[in-house]
Amino acid sequence: MAQEIPDRVSKKFLYVNRKAPYGTIYALESLEVVLIGAAFEQDVSLAFVDDGVYQLTKGQDTKGLEMKNFSPTFRALEDYDVTKLYVEKEALQARGLSEADLVVPVEVVSAQRMAEIMDGQDVILSF
Amino acid sequence: MLHTVNKSPFDHNTFETCLKFARQGSAVLLIEDGVYAAAADTAVSKRVQEALKSVSIYALKPDVEARGMQNRVMDGVRLVDYGGFVDLVVEHNAVQSWL
Repeated sequence: MAQEIPDRVSKKFLYVNRKAPYGTIYALESLEVVLIGAAFEQDVSLAFVDDGVYQLTKGQDTKGLEMKNFSPTFRALEDYDVTKLYVEKEALQARGLSEADLVVPVEVVSAQRMAEIMDGQDVILSF
Repeated sequence: MLHTVNKSPFDHNTFETCLKFARQGSAVLLIEDGVYAAAADTAVSKRVQEALKSVSIYALKPDVEARGMQNRVMDGVRLVDYGGFVDLVVEHNAVQSWL
C-alpha cells in the first residue's frame, strides 16, 4: 500500500535574476532550475532586479541569433503554480520599461519591499 | 577605429569607457548585451545622444531583435545586419573589442 511520505518538507525558494537573456547563459539556466524546483512542489518565487528585468520583455525574436527564445516559457510558469514574480521598480524605470512591456503579469515592488521578500525565504538561488 | 561593445551599460562600465576613448569620427558597434545602450528613454540614453555628436553608433539587428528592443532604438543609432558588421570592419583601419 502506498504510504504518504512523512514530514514532507516544503520550503520557500526564491530565484534572484540579475542578468539579461542571451548574452550569458545565466537567465536560461535559472529558468531551468525554477522548473525543477516547481516539480518538487516547493513554494517558489522569482525576483527580477537589475538587467534581470530584460528577461521578461515582450517582442523577443531570436531567429537571427539561431538561439532558443525562452521568454514564452515564463507564461507557462503558471501551470507549475509559480505565480509569484516580483520585479524591482527602479530597475524597470532605469531601462525605460513599464509593466506593460513584460510578457507575464508581475508584481512591481520597491527595493525595500524586495528586501523584505528576500528576508522571508528559506533558500535563495542567485543567477 | 571601430569599437565594439558587448556588455549592458547597466551592468558594466564597458560602454562608458569605450566612449571615453572613442575619438571623433570613430564608429561604435553595439553587439550582444551591448545593444541595450541603444534604447531610448533609459538612464543612459542622454549619454548616448551626447556621444552621437562625435561618433557614429550602430547596433547589430539580430541582437536587438533577440532582446525585443527593435521598437525602442533611439533616433541616430543605425541598425546593421551581419553583412553590415563585416562592412564596418573592412571600412575601419582597426577594431577595438571592449569586453
